[in-house]
Amino acid sequence: MSDIADRVKKIVVEHLGVEEEKVVENASFIDDLGADSLDTVELVMAFEEEFGIEIPDDAAETIQTFGDAVKFITEAS
Amino acid sequence: MRRVVITGLGMVTPLADGVEDTWSRLLDGQSGAGTITRFDPERVTTKYACEIPLGDGTDGTFNPDTYMDAKDRRKVDDFILYGMAAATQAVADSGWVAESEDDKCRTGVMIGSGIGGLSSIADTAVLLAEKGPRRVSPFFIPGALINLVSGQVSIKFGFKGPNHAVVTACSTGAHAIGDAARLIMLDDADVMIAGGAESPISEIGIAGFNACKALSTQNADDPTKASRPYDKDRDGFVMGEGAGVVVLEEYEHAKARGAKIYAEVLGYGLSGDAYHITAPSSDGDGGYRSMEAAIKRAGITPADIDYINAHGTSTMADTIELGAVERLMGDAAEKATMSSTKSATGHLLGAAGAIEAIFCILAIRDQIAPPTLNLDNPDVEPKLDLAPHKAVQREINVALSNSFGFGGTNASVIFGKVDS
Repeated sequence: MSDIADRVKKIVVEHLGVEEEKVVENASFIDDLGADSLDTVELVMAFEEEFGIEIPDDAAETIQTFGDAVKFITEAS
Repeated sequence: MRRVVITGLGMVTPLADGVEDTWSRLLDGQSGAGTITRFDPERVTTKYACEIPLGDGTDGTFNPDTYMDAKDRRKVDDFILYGMAAATQAVADSGWVAESEDDKCRTGVMIGSGIGGLSSIADTAVLLAEKGPRRVSPFFIPGALINLVSGQVSIKFGFKGPNHAVVTACSTGAHAIGDAARLIMLDDADVMIAGGAESPISEIGIAGFNACKALSTQNADDPTKASRPYDKDRDGFVMGEGAGVVVLEEYEHAKARGAKIYAEVLGYGLSGDAYHITAPSSDGDGGYRSMEAAIKRAGITPADIDYINAHGTSTMADTIELGAVERLMGDAAEKATMSSTKSATGHLLGAAGAIEAIFCILAIRDQIAPPTLNLDNPDVEPKLDLAPHKAVQREINVALSNSFGFGGTNASVIFGKVDS
Protein backbone atom coordinates (compact mmCIF):
# COMPACT_ATOMS: atom_id res chain seq x y z
CA MET A 1 0.00 0.00 0.00
CA SER A 2 1.25 3.47 -0.86
CA ASP A 3 2.45 5.96 1.70
CA ILE A 4 -0.56 8.16 0.88
CA ALA A 5 -3.00 5.32 1.49
CA ASP A 6 -1.37 4.57 4.85
CA ARG A 7 -1.64 8.16 5.96
CA VAL A 8 -5.26 8.43 4.79
CA LYS A 9 -6.11 5.21 6.59
CA LYS A 10 -4.54 6.48 9.81
CA ILE A 11 -6.68 9.63 9.67
CA VAL A 12 -9.86 7.65 8.99
CA VAL A 13 -9.17 5.23 11.85
CA GLU A 14 -8.43 8.07 14.23
CA HIS A 15 -11.39 10.27 13.31
CA LEU A 16 -14.07 7.62 12.91
CA GLY A 17 -12.86 5.27 15.63
CA VAL A 18 -13.08 2.22 13.32
CA GLU A 19 -10.85 -0.84 13.05
CA GLU A 20 -8.11 -0.63 10.46
CA GLU A 21 -9.30 -3.82 8.72
CA LYS A 22 -12.60 -2.15 7.85
CA VAL A 23 -10.94 0.69 5.96
CA VAL A 24 -10.81 -0.99 2.53
CA GLU A 25 -10.84 0.38 -1.01
CA ASN A 26 -14.63 0.46 -1.41
CA ALA A 27 -15.53 1.29 2.20
CA SER A 28 -17.99 4.19 2.21
CA PHE A 29 -17.37 6.64 5.01
CA ILE A 30 -21.09 7.05 5.67
CA ASP A 31 -22.55 3.64 4.78
CA ASP A 32 -19.76 1.38 6.03
CA LEU A 33 -17.68 3.33 8.53
CA GLY A 34 -20.40 5.04 10.57
CA ALA A 35 -19.62 8.64 9.62
CA ASP A 36 -22.27 11.36 9.47
CA SER A 37 -22.16 14.41 7.24
CA LEU A 38 -20.20 16.41 9.82
CA ASP A 39 -17.63 13.62 10.14
CA THR A 40 -17.03 13.70 6.40
CA VAL A 41 -16.44 17.46 6.48
CA GLU A 42 -13.92 16.97 9.25
CA LEU A 43 -12.22 14.10 7.38
CA VAL A 44 -11.73 16.28 4.31
CA MET A 45 -10.25 19.01 6.53
CA ALA A 46 -7.89 16.50 8.06
CA PHE A 47 -6.80 15.35 4.58
CA GLU A 48 -6.15 18.97 3.58
CA GLU A 49 -4.08 19.53 6.71
CA GLU A 50 -2.08 16.30 6.39
CA PHE A 51 -1.25 16.64 2.70
CA GLY A 52 -1.08 20.44 2.42
CA ILE A 53 -3.67 20.53 -0.35
CA GLU A 54 -6.97 22.28 -0.85
CA ILE A 55 -10.03 20.17 -1.61
CA PRO A 56 -12.80 22.39 -3.02
CA ASP A 57 -16.35 21.73 -1.75
CA ASP A 58 -17.58 20.28 -5.03
CA ALA A 59 -14.62 17.88 -5.13
CA ALA A 60 -15.15 16.98 -1.48
CA GLU A 61 -18.64 15.79 -2.32
CA THR A 62 -17.22 13.19 -4.71
CA ILE A 63 -15.02 11.66 -2.02
CA GLN A 64 -17.36 9.01 -0.66
CA THR A 65 -15.03 6.06 -0.04
CA PHE A 66 -11.54 5.41 1.24
CA GLY A 67 -10.52 4.62 -2.35
CA ASP A 68 -11.97 7.94 -3.59
CA ALA A 69 -9.90 9.79 -1.00
CA VAL A 70 -6.63 8.05 -1.83
CA LYS A 71 -7.21 8.58 -5.58
CA PHE A 72 -8.03 12.28 -5.20
CA ILE A 73 -5.10 13.00 -2.90
CA THR A 74 -2.65 11.03 -5.06
CA GLU A 75 -3.67 13.10 -8.09
CA ALA A 76 -3.66 16.39 -6.18
CA SER A 77 -0.34 15.91 -4.40
CA MET B 1 -50.00 20.97 41.56
CA ARG B 2 -48.26 17.59 41.15
CA ARG B 3 -45.60 16.67 43.72
CA VAL B 4 -42.01 16.28 42.54
CA VAL B 5 -39.35 14.13 44.17
CA ILE B 6 -35.67 13.41 43.58
CA THR B 7 -34.92 9.82 42.56
CA GLY B 8 -31.40 9.96 41.14
CA LEU B 9 -28.14 11.82 41.76
CA GLY B 10 -24.94 12.21 39.77
CA MET B 11 -21.88 14.41 40.03
CA VAL B 12 -18.31 14.92 39.02
CA THR B 13 -16.56 17.48 41.22
CA PRO B 14 -13.07 18.63 42.21
CA LEU B 15 -13.39 16.33 45.25
CA ALA B 16 -14.13 13.18 43.27
CA ASP B 17 -16.02 11.53 40.45
CA GLY B 18 -19.27 10.23 41.88
CA VAL B 19 -21.79 11.26 44.51
CA GLU B 20 -20.70 9.11 47.45
CA ASP B 21 -16.96 9.75 47.07
CA THR B 22 -17.57 13.49 46.78
CA TRP B 23 -19.91 13.49 49.77
CA SER B 24 -17.63 11.50 52.08
CA ARG B 25 -14.65 13.74 51.23
CA LEU B 26 -16.78 16.83 51.76
CA LEU B 27 -17.89 15.65 55.20
CA ASP B 28 -14.30 14.73 55.96
CA GLY B 29 -13.22 18.35 55.40
CA GLN B 30 -11.11 17.73 52.29
CA SER B 31 -10.42 20.47 49.75
CA GLY B 32 -10.37 20.12 45.97
CA ALA B 33 -7.98 23.03 45.46
CA GLY B 34 -4.49 22.85 43.99
CA THR B 35 -2.12 24.44 41.51
CA ILE B 36 -3.60 24.66 38.01
CA THR B 37 -2.60 21.81 35.68
CA ARG B 38 -5.20 22.21 32.90
CA PHE B 39 -2.99 24.85 31.27
CA ASP B 40 0.27 26.64 32.06
CA PRO B 41 -0.85 29.35 34.53
CA GLU B 42 2.39 31.35 34.09
CA ARG B 43 0.65 34.37 32.54
CA VAL B 44 -2.44 34.62 34.74
CA THR B 45 -2.63 36.17 38.21
CA THR B 46 -4.40 33.29 39.95
CA LYS B 47 -2.42 30.08 39.59
CA TYR B 48 -4.72 27.73 41.55
CA ALA B 49 -8.17 26.27 41.11
CA CYS B 50 -10.30 23.26 42.05
CA GLU B 51 -9.76 20.73 39.26
CA ILE B 52 -11.47 17.37 38.86
CA PRO B 53 -8.99 14.63 39.83
CA LEU B 54 -8.26 12.77 36.58
CA GLY B 55 -7.22 9.12 36.66
CA ASP B 56 -8.18 5.56 35.83
CA GLY B 57 -11.50 5.76 37.68
CA THR B 58 -10.29 4.16 40.90
CA ASP B 59 -10.20 5.97 44.24
CA GLY B 60 -12.69 8.61 43.11
CA THR B 61 -10.68 9.74 40.09
CA PHE B 62 -12.49 10.74 36.91
CA ASN B 63 -11.83 8.52 33.89
CA PRO B 64 -13.39 10.17 30.82
CA ASP B 65 -13.43 6.79 28.99
CA THR B 66 -16.11 5.62 31.42
CA TYR B 67 -18.59 8.11 30.00
CA MET B 68 -17.67 8.94 26.38
CA ASP B 69 -15.27 7.26 23.99
CA ALA B 70 -12.26 9.18 22.73
CA LYS B 71 -13.74 9.65 19.26
CA ASP B 72 -16.82 11.44 20.64
CA ARG B 73 -14.91 13.40 23.29
CA ARG B 74 -12.83 15.03 20.57
CA LYS B 75 -16.01 16.65 19.26
CA VAL B 76 -17.18 18.29 22.49
CA ASP B 77 -15.94 20.79 25.04
CA ASP B 78 -15.23 19.39 28.51
CA PHE B 79 -18.41 20.83 30.05
CA ILE B 80 -20.40 18.44 27.84
CA LEU B 81 -18.25 15.50 28.96
CA TYR B 82 -18.79 16.42 32.63
CA GLY B 83 -22.53 16.87 32.08
CA MET B 84 -22.78 13.51 30.34
CA ALA B 85 -20.88 11.89 33.21
CA ALA B 86 -23.15 13.34 35.90
CA ALA B 87 -26.30 12.58 33.89
CA THR B 88 -25.20 8.99 33.26
CA GLN B 89 -24.65 8.48 37.00
CA ALA B 90 -27.97 10.10 37.91
CA VAL B 91 -29.99 8.05 35.43
CA ALA B 92 -28.31 4.83 36.58
CA ASP B 93 -28.92 5.75 40.23
CA SER B 94 -32.62 6.39 39.57
CA GLY B 95 -33.11 3.04 37.88
CA TRP B 96 -35.36 4.80 35.36
CA VAL B 97 -35.37 3.21 31.92
CA ALA B 98 -37.67 4.85 29.37
CA GLU B 99 -38.73 1.82 27.37
CA SER B 100 -42.01 2.71 25.68
CA GLU B 101 -42.43 5.60 23.28
CA ASP B 102 -44.70 7.25 25.85
CA ASP B 103 -42.06 6.89 28.60
CA LYS B 104 -39.51 8.49 26.30
CA CYS B 105 -41.79 11.40 25.42
CA ARG B 106 -42.56 11.98 29.11
CA THR B 107 -38.86 12.19 30.07
CA GLY B 108 -37.03 15.45 29.44
CA VAL B 109 -33.62 17.01 30.00
CA MET B 110 -32.69 20.45 31.31
CA ILE B 111 -28.95 20.72 31.95
CA GLY B 112 -27.46 24.18 31.66
CA SER B 113 -24.10 25.87 31.86
CA GLY B 114 -22.98 29.35 32.83
CA ILE B 115 -20.53 29.85 29.98
CA GLY B 116 -20.47 26.66 27.93
CA GLY B 117 -17.64 25.94 25.51
CA LEU B 118 -15.32 28.75 26.52
CA SER B 119 -12.11 26.81 25.77
CA SER B 120 -13.38 25.63 22.38
CA ILE B 121 -14.33 29.16 21.43
CA ALA B 122 -10.95 30.53 22.53
CA ASP B 123 -8.98 27.76 20.78
CA THR B 124 -11.01 28.04 17.59
CA ALA B 125 -10.58 31.82 17.51
CA VAL B 126 -6.81 31.29 17.61
CA LEU B 127 -7.06 28.65 14.87
CA LEU B 128 -9.18 31.00 12.77
CA ALA B 129 -6.59 33.77 13.10
CA GLU B 130 -3.66 31.48 12.34
CA LYS B 131 -5.03 29.15 9.66
CA GLY B 132 -8.21 30.72 8.36
CA PRO B 133 -11.88 29.77 8.26
CA ARG B 134 -11.41 26.54 6.31
CA ARG B 135 -9.79 24.93 9.34
CA VAL B 136 -12.77 25.53 11.65
CA SER B 137 -14.14 22.13 12.66
CA PRO B 138 -17.73 21.17 11.84
CA PHE B 139 -17.92 20.05 15.47
CA PHE B 140 -16.93 23.45 16.84
CA ILE B 141 -20.48 24.83 17.15
CA PRO B 142 -22.26 21.66 18.37
CA GLY B 143 -19.35 21.05 20.76
CA ALA B 144 -19.57 24.50 22.34
CA LEU B 145 -23.31 25.23 22.51
CA ILE B 146 -24.67 25.19 26.04
CA ASN B 147 -27.82 23.20 25.24
CA LEU B 148 -25.74 20.38 23.75
CA VAL B 149 -25.40 18.72 27.17
CA SER B 150 -29.18 18.29 27.14
CA GLY B 151 -28.98 17.29 23.47
CA GLN B 152 -26.26 14.67 24.01
CA VAL B 153 -28.01 13.21 27.07
CA SER B 154 -31.32 12.95 25.21
CA ILE B 155 -29.63 11.17 22.31
CA LYS B 156 -27.80 8.73 24.59
CA PHE B 157 -30.91 7.72 26.54
CA GLY B 158 -33.69 8.35 24.02
CA PHE B 159 -35.42 10.95 26.19
CA LYS B 160 -37.83 12.77 23.88
CA GLY B 161 -39.60 15.06 26.36
CA PRO B 162 -38.87 18.76 26.96
CA ASN B 163 -35.27 19.52 25.98
CA HIS B 164 -34.05 22.74 27.47
CA ALA B 165 -31.00 24.48 28.90
CA VAL B 166 -30.67 27.21 31.49
CA VAL B 167 -28.04 29.97 31.21
CA THR B 168 -28.07 32.14 34.32
CA ALA B 169 -24.39 32.31 35.28
CA CYS B 170 -23.84 30.94 38.79
CA SER B 171 -27.57 30.35 39.35
CA THR B 172 -27.82 27.98 36.38
CA GLY B 173 -27.88 24.69 38.28
CA ALA B 174 -30.50 25.87 40.78
CA HIS B 175 -32.69 27.41 38.08
CA ALA B 176 -32.47 24.22 36.01
CA ILE B 177 -33.62 22.03 38.91
CA GLY B 178 -36.37 24.48 39.90
CA ASP B 179 -37.63 24.98 36.35
CA ALA B 180 -37.51 21.25 35.60
CA ALA B 181 -39.58 20.60 38.75
CA ARG B 182 -42.14 23.09 37.47
CA LEU B 183 -42.37 21.29 34.11
CA ILE B 184 -43.28 18.13 36.01
CA MET B 185 -45.71 20.00 38.31
CA LEU B 186 -47.44 21.43 35.22
CA ASP B 187 -47.64 17.98 33.61
CA ASP B 188 -45.27 18.68 30.71
CA ALA B 189 -43.20 15.66 31.77
CA ASP B 190 -43.13 12.90 34.39
CA VAL B 191 -39.35 12.67 34.68
CA MET B 192 -36.72 15.38 34.14
CA ILE B 193 -32.93 15.04 34.13
CA ALA B 194 -31.71 18.43 35.35
CA GLY B 195 -28.59 20.23 36.52
CA GLY B 196 -25.56 22.16 35.37
CA ALA B 197 -22.09 21.61 33.91
CA GLU B 198 -19.06 23.87 33.63
CA SER B 199 -15.44 23.74 32.43
CA PRO B 200 -14.05 27.24 33.00
CA ILE B 201 -10.47 26.39 34.06
CA SER B 202 -8.69 27.73 31.00
CA GLU B 203 -6.37 30.67 30.48
CA ILE B 204 -9.19 32.82 29.08
CA GLY B 205 -11.53 31.80 31.92
CA ILE B 206 -9.08 32.62 34.70
CA ALA B 207 -7.97 35.82 32.94
CA GLY B 208 -11.58 36.94 32.56
CA PHE B 209 -12.55 36.37 36.19
CA ASN B 210 -9.23 37.87 37.35
CA ALA B 211 -10.13 40.99 35.39
CA CYS B 212 -13.49 41.11 37.22
CA LYS B 213 -11.49 40.99 40.49
CA ALA B 214 -13.63 38.01 41.46
CA LEU B 215 -10.94 35.37 42.07
CA SER B 216 -8.74 34.71 45.08
CA THR B 217 -5.13 35.67 44.32
CA GLN B 218 -3.28 35.54 47.65
CA ASN B 219 -3.04 31.84 48.41
CA ALA B 220 -0.66 30.29 45.87
CA ASP B 221 1.40 28.83 48.75
CA ASP B 222 -1.54 26.77 50.02
CA PRO B 223 -4.49 26.75 47.63
CA THR B 224 -6.54 24.62 50.04
CA LYS B 225 -6.76 27.69 52.28
CA ALA B 226 -7.93 30.02 49.51
CA SER B 227 -11.69 29.40 49.55
CA ARG B 228 -12.69 30.72 52.99
CA PRO B 229 -16.29 31.97 52.99
CA TYR B 230 -17.22 34.43 55.77
CA ASP B 231 -13.62 34.58 56.97
CA LYS B 232 -11.90 37.93 57.50
CA ASP B 233 -9.07 36.92 55.17
CA ARG B 234 -11.18 35.85 52.18
CA ASP B 235 -10.06 37.47 48.95
CA GLY B 236 -12.21 36.03 46.17
CA PHE B 237 -13.56 32.73 44.93
CA VAL B 238 -11.58 29.73 43.72
CA MET B 239 -12.58 28.48 40.28
CA GLY B 240 -13.99 24.96 40.13
CA GLU B 241 -15.19 22.65 37.36
CA GLY B 242 -17.56 19.72 37.02
CA ALA B 243 -21.23 18.90 36.85
CA GLY B 244 -24.20 17.95 39.00
CA VAL B 245 -27.35 16.30 37.70
CA VAL B 246 -30.48 15.03 39.45
CA VAL B 247 -33.41 12.96 38.29
CA LEU B 248 -36.68 14.66 39.19
CA GLU B 249 -39.84 12.62 39.08
CA GLU B 250 -43.53 13.03 39.70
CA TYR B 251 -44.26 11.52 43.13
CA GLU B 252 -46.86 8.92 42.08
CA HIS B 253 -44.74 7.93 39.08
CA ALA B 254 -41.78 7.30 41.38
CA LYS B 255 -43.88 5.39 43.92
CA ALA B 256 -45.53 3.25 41.25
CA ARG B 257 -42.20 1.92 40.03
CA GLY B 258 -40.81 1.50 43.55
CA ALA B 259 -38.09 4.09 43.05
CA LYS B 260 -35.77 5.16 45.85
CA ILE B 261 -36.94 8.64 46.88
CA TYR B 262 -34.26 10.95 48.30
CA ALA B 263 -36.30 14.08 48.94
CA GLU B 264 -39.11 16.27 47.66
CA VAL B 265 -38.79 19.62 45.90
CA LEU B 266 -40.89 21.71 48.25
CA GLY B 267 -40.29 25.20 46.94
CA TYR B 268 -38.50 27.28 44.36
CA GLY B 269 -38.12 31.04 44.20
CA LEU B 270 -36.56 33.40 41.68
CA SER B 271 -35.71 37.08 41.66
CA GLY B 272 -33.62 39.73 39.94
CA ASP B 273 -31.44 42.37 41.60
CA ALA B 274 -31.83 45.12 38.97
CA TYR B 275 -28.73 46.61 40.52
CA HIS B 276 -25.27 45.80 39.10
CA ILE B 277 -23.71 43.40 36.57
CA THR B 278 -21.45 41.61 39.05
CA ALA B 279 -22.30 42.76 42.60
CA PRO B 280 -25.37 42.31 44.79
CA SER B 281 -26.92 45.31 46.51
CA SER B 282 -25.57 45.78 50.04
CA ASP B 283 -28.88 44.86 51.66
CA GLY B 284 -29.06 41.50 49.85
CA ASP B 285 -32.56 42.32 48.67
CA GLY B 286 -32.46 40.00 45.64
CA GLY B 287 -31.41 36.96 47.61
CA TYR B 288 -33.89 37.81 50.36
CA ARG B 289 -36.76 37.87 47.88
CA SER B 290 -35.78 34.62 46.13
CA MET B 291 -35.66 32.83 49.51
CA GLU B 292 -38.95 34.43 50.54
CA ALA B 293 -40.59 33.28 47.29
CA ALA B 294 -39.33 29.73 47.73
CA ILE B 295 -40.60 29.60 51.31
CA LYS B 296 -44.01 30.90 50.21
CA ARG B 297 -44.20 28.30 47.44
CA ALA B 298 -43.23 25.54 49.88
CA GLY B 299 -45.97 26.64 52.28
CA ILE B 300 -43.55 26.66 55.22
CA THR B 301 -42.13 29.30 57.55
CA PRO B 302 -38.46 30.31 57.81
CA ALA B 303 -38.34 28.53 61.17
CA ASP B 304 -38.92 25.21 59.37
CA ILE B 305 -35.57 25.46 57.61
CA ASP B 306 -32.89 23.35 59.28
CA TYR B 307 -30.00 23.66 56.84
CA ILE B 308 -29.02 26.25 54.26
CA ASN B 309 -26.39 25.61 51.62
CA ALA B 310 -25.26 29.18 51.04
CA HIS B 311 -24.13 30.72 47.79
CA GLY B 312 -21.12 31.85 49.89
CA THR B 313 -18.38 32.19 47.28
CA SER B 314 -15.61 33.54 49.55
CA THR B 315 -16.09 37.12 48.34
CA MET B 316 -17.37 40.34 49.87
CA ALA B 317 -20.90 39.19 49.03
CA ASP B 318 -20.81 36.40 51.67
CA THR B 319 -21.79 38.71 54.50
CA ILE B 320 -24.51 40.30 52.37
CA GLU B 321 -26.13 36.89 51.89
CA LEU B 322 -25.62 36.10 55.58
CA GLY B 323 -27.39 39.35 56.51
CA ALA B 324 -30.31 38.56 54.21
CA VAL B 325 -30.68 35.06 55.64
CA GLU B 326 -30.59 36.34 59.21
CA ARG B 327 -33.14 39.03 58.43
CA LEU B 328 -35.42 36.47 56.82
CA MET B 329 -35.11 33.93 59.62
CA GLY B 330 -35.30 36.29 62.58
CA ASP B 331 -35.02 34.44 65.88
CA ALA B 332 -35.12 31.10 64.04
CA ALA B 333 -31.62 31.84 62.69
CA GLU B 334 -30.11 30.62 65.92
CA LYS B 335 -31.51 27.13 65.37
CA ALA B 336 -30.41 26.73 61.76
CA THR B 337 -27.11 25.64 60.27
CA MET B 338 -25.72 27.27 57.13
CA SER B 339 -22.53 26.31 55.34
CA SER B 340 -20.70 27.08 52.14
CA THR B 341 -19.46 23.93 50.44
CA LYS B 342 -17.60 26.13 47.96
CA SER B 343 -14.95 26.20 50.68
CA ALA B 344 -14.16 22.62 49.60
CA THR B 345 -15.26 22.36 45.97
CA GLY B 346 -14.47 25.88 44.75
CA HIS B 347 -17.04 27.66 42.66
CA LEU B 348 -18.39 25.51 39.82
CA LEU B 349 -20.31 28.47 38.32
CA GLY B 350 -23.20 27.00 36.31
CA ALA B 351 -22.78 23.61 38.00
CA ALA B 352 -22.59 25.04 41.53
CA GLY B 353 -26.34 25.20 42.17
CA ALA B 354 -26.72 21.61 41.01
CA ILE B 355 -24.00 20.06 43.16
CA GLU B 356 -25.14 22.15 46.12
CA ALA B 357 -28.74 20.98 45.66
CA ILE B 358 -27.36 17.44 45.84
CA PHE B 359 -25.48 18.31 49.04
CA CYS B 360 -28.79 19.55 50.52
CA ILE B 361 -30.49 16.31 49.51
CA LEU B 362 -27.68 14.23 51.05
CA ALA B 363 -27.77 16.41 54.18
CA ILE B 364 -31.43 15.40 54.55
CA ARG B 365 -30.65 11.74 53.83
CA ASP B 366 -27.79 11.49 56.32
CA GLN B 367 -28.93 14.14 58.84
CA ILE B 368 -25.62 15.97 58.66
CA ALA B 369 -24.61 19.45 57.50
CA PRO B 370 -21.31 19.63 55.59
CA PRO B 371 -18.69 22.05 56.93
CA THR B 372 -17.45 25.49 55.91
CA LEU B 373 -13.69 25.05 55.62
CA ASN B 374 -11.12 27.70 56.58
CA LEU B 375 -13.59 29.73 58.63
CA ASP B 376 -11.04 30.74 61.27
CA ASN B 377 -12.13 34.31 62.03
CA PRO B 378 -15.67 35.23 60.98
CA ASP B 379 -15.85 38.66 59.37
CA VAL B 380 -19.08 39.33 61.26
CA GLU B 381 -20.46 37.52 64.29
CA PRO B 382 -23.08 35.17 62.82
CA LYS B 383 -26.38 34.28 64.48
CA LEU B 384 -26.43 31.11 62.38
CA ASP B 385 -24.17 28.17 62.99
CA LEU B 386 -21.85 28.32 59.94
CA ALA B 387 -20.43 24.82 60.60
CA PRO B 388 -16.80 25.97 60.67
CA HIS B 389 -14.23 23.26 59.86
CA LYS B 390 -16.38 20.29 60.89
CA ALA B 391 -19.61 18.72 59.65
CA VAL B 392 -22.56 19.08 62.04
CA GLN B 393 -24.71 16.05 62.82
CA ARG B 394 -28.24 17.36 63.41
CA GLU B 395 -31.88 16.97 62.52
CA ILE B 396 -32.46 18.12 58.93
CA ASN B 397 -35.98 17.83 57.54
CA VAL B 398 -35.91 20.89 55.30
CA ALA B 399 -32.91 22.30 53.43
CA LEU B 400 -32.59 25.40 51.27
CA SER B 401 -29.98 26.02 48.58
CA ASN B 402 -29.14 29.54 47.43
CA SER B 403 -27.54 30.48 44.11
CA PHE B 404 -26.86 34.00 42.92
CA GLY B 405 -25.41 34.92 39.53
CA PHE B 406 -23.76 37.75 37.62
CA GLY B 407 -26.40 40.01 36.14
CA GLY B 408 -28.29 39.89 39.43
CA THR B 409 -30.10 36.57 38.94
CA ASN B 410 -31.12 34.66 42.07
CA ALA B 411 -32.60 31.23 42.73
CA SER B 412 -33.51 29.41 45.94
CA VAL B 413 -34.62 25.80 46.02
CA ILE B 414 -36.08 24.05 49.07
CA PHE B 415 -35.93 20.30 49.57
CA GLY B 416 -37.82 18.31 52.18
CA LYS B 417 -37.61 14.88 53.72
CA VAL B 418 -40.16 12.39 52.40
CA ASP B 419 -41.48 9.96 55.00
CA SER B 420 -41.45 6.43 53.69
